[in-house]
Amino acid sequence: MIYSLCLLLILIGLYGVIVSRQTLKIVVSLLIMNHGVHLMLLLVGYRKNGSPPIVDPGTTIADFAAGAVDPLPQAMVLTSIVIGLGVLALMVALCVRLYERYGTFDVTEIRRLRG
Amino acid sequence: MFGMNTDVQAMIPMFVAVPLGMSLLIQLVARHRQVLAETLNIAAMMALVVMSWSTIGGEGIYHLGGWPTPVGIDMRMDALTTLLLLVVSIVGFAVSVYAVDYMRRFTSTSHFYSLFMLMVTGMNGVILAGDLFNLYVFLEVAAIASYSLVAFGCAHEELEASFKYIVLGSLSSALILTGVALVYGITGTLNLGHIAERIAESGMDEPLLLAFGLFIVGFGFKSALVPFHAWLPDAHPSAPAPVSAMLSGVLIKAIGIYVLARLAFNVFGISESALEMLRWLGVLSMVVGGLLAVGQKDIKRLFAFSSISQVGFMVLGLGLGSPLGMVGALYHLVNHSMFKSLLFLNAGAVEYTTGTRDLNQLGGLNGRMPVTGATSLIGSMSIAGLPPFNGFWSKLIIVLACIEGGYYMLATVAVLVSIITLAYQLKVQRMAFFAALPEALKNLRREPPMMSLAMILLAVGCVALSLLMFSGLRDPWLIGTAQQVLSAGAFGG
Repeated sequence: MIYSLCLLLILIGLYGVIVSRQTLKIVVSLLIMNHGVHLMLLLVGYRKNGSPPIVDPGTTIADFAAGAVDPLPQAMVLTSIVIGLGVLALMVALCVRLYERYGTFDVTEIRRLRG
Repeated sequence: MFGMNTDVQAMIPMFVAVPLGMSLLIQLVARHRQVLAETLNIAAMMALVVMSWSTIGGEGIYHLGGWPTPVGIDMRMDALTTLLLLVVSIVGFAVSVYAVDYMRRFTSTSHFYSLFMLMVTGMNGVILAGDLFNLYVFLEVAAIASYSLVAFGCAHEELEASFKYIVLGSLSSALILTGVALVYGITGTLNLGHIAERIAESGMDEPLLLAFGLFIVGFGFKSALVPFHAWLPDAHPSAPAPVSAMLSGVLIKAIGIYVLARLAFNVFGISESALEMLRWLGVLSMVVGGLLAVGQKDIKRLFAFSSISQVGFMVLGLGLGSPLGMVGALYHLVNHSMFKSLLFLNAGAVEYTTGTRDLNQLGGLNGRMPVTGATSLIGSMSIAGLPPFNGFWSKLIIVLACIEGGYYMLATVAVLVSIITLAYQLKVQRMAFFAALPEALKNLRREPPMMSLAMILLAVGCVALSLLMFSGLRDPWLIGTAQQVLSAGAFGG
């Protein structure tokens, strides 16, 4: 059930990428889509009523494995967010440069390449 | 001779560390010293050539930080990775030599060299990655570097192409990350070897099929197979020539075809329906790319469409699923990286001296630019598949593999597309190099020396690769062992 909400988020992003005419709106749509994927990745490691994945001095490894949520997807999402930030910065910089050259954010007017 | 396992293992992380360190070093010490930046870049590529050469025959798994397999991160080296590392470093070396003359026109070239090194880092990382998530991370490193390299000149077309590239690239990366999440959710591991084991035990259920489909689409985007090719004909021609050569020559193979082949054959285990899909994708790319190339007037755009067509040959070879087909695909991959980067460097030299890429305004360049003319003739004849050159042998093997598998229609299509290839390459030769020299180009300079050196290097590579044939049709040197890795099926342990 909750996975379908992630799918919804991904599809909203995809829809935005396809129908938007403004470069910045395309960037925001990609961001939404990416976060849909991130949420899904987090859900993969989630466990209902699980404890945070930190080993206290008292707990044994067996208790930890039985009760804690999976920390690996969280680490992966963190990495992926950082990568996303890099791509986002580059995309926004490109939008600004495109605005300087073409004087518009409208992708239908930014078309010198054809064929 | 190089079978010292421990030596090779110690060398595995250096393939990522050397270019990564060099990209930082260039920014630290050579930011305003152009010659130093050029020297450091060439030195790093030279070191990578020597290192990848010395890993021939070696294989092993390197555990990052000394952590054992389920806990730590693995890097995996076998005959297939060695082949790809060699291709990346040799083409990268020729391109760095070429860039010395070519990039003098641009400002802040030290940034170019840093980004170039980052792109090599990403590609080497993808090739060596032993688990899915690191594969994704290195993929993004290579992709971000290539987005910014496409936009390097900051002119209208370059920015537009880069934006198109970055939007489609991020879309495909999101699909790949979804696939990674699905695989982790089902198998509970990211290590390629362990995933292969779990899948071999439990078989492919529906979520895994979905993940495999997401990977085919995602990496299909990265390698520009036909329904997913829209970004390539814009991005590759708009970039500076050395970058076009890297993108078309190695990037689409290292982060596209290679990963596709690795996942399909060694991790998920290929099924007949998946093979059939690969064959369809391959044939579609071959035909559509070839037909679109014929009508182009811009040299680099023509070569970009030709890349789509040639990538189709490789995917067709893989889709046949037989050892001979894989030999053909891998041989064509190596050959294509040589002659396509050579042709893009030729196009760059033409643009450098004449200032145009439009075939209608060119002509008679053979008299003025003898090195470019001669090397581009070798490149064209190789890609068109004329007998003494390397392209002929790899296409011959693919056609033979089609016949061996009983796919006579596919063999016919492959031969027809080769003829189309010959047609558009002859068009380039005739319009740019042989026809009468236009009045506007009467007092052309010759191509600069470093450019000539790089082009001669790659042309010699094209001729030398055809000699690989004499080490056996079914297992040419290096390629035969690389093919055995693919056809051995899923990784064991």
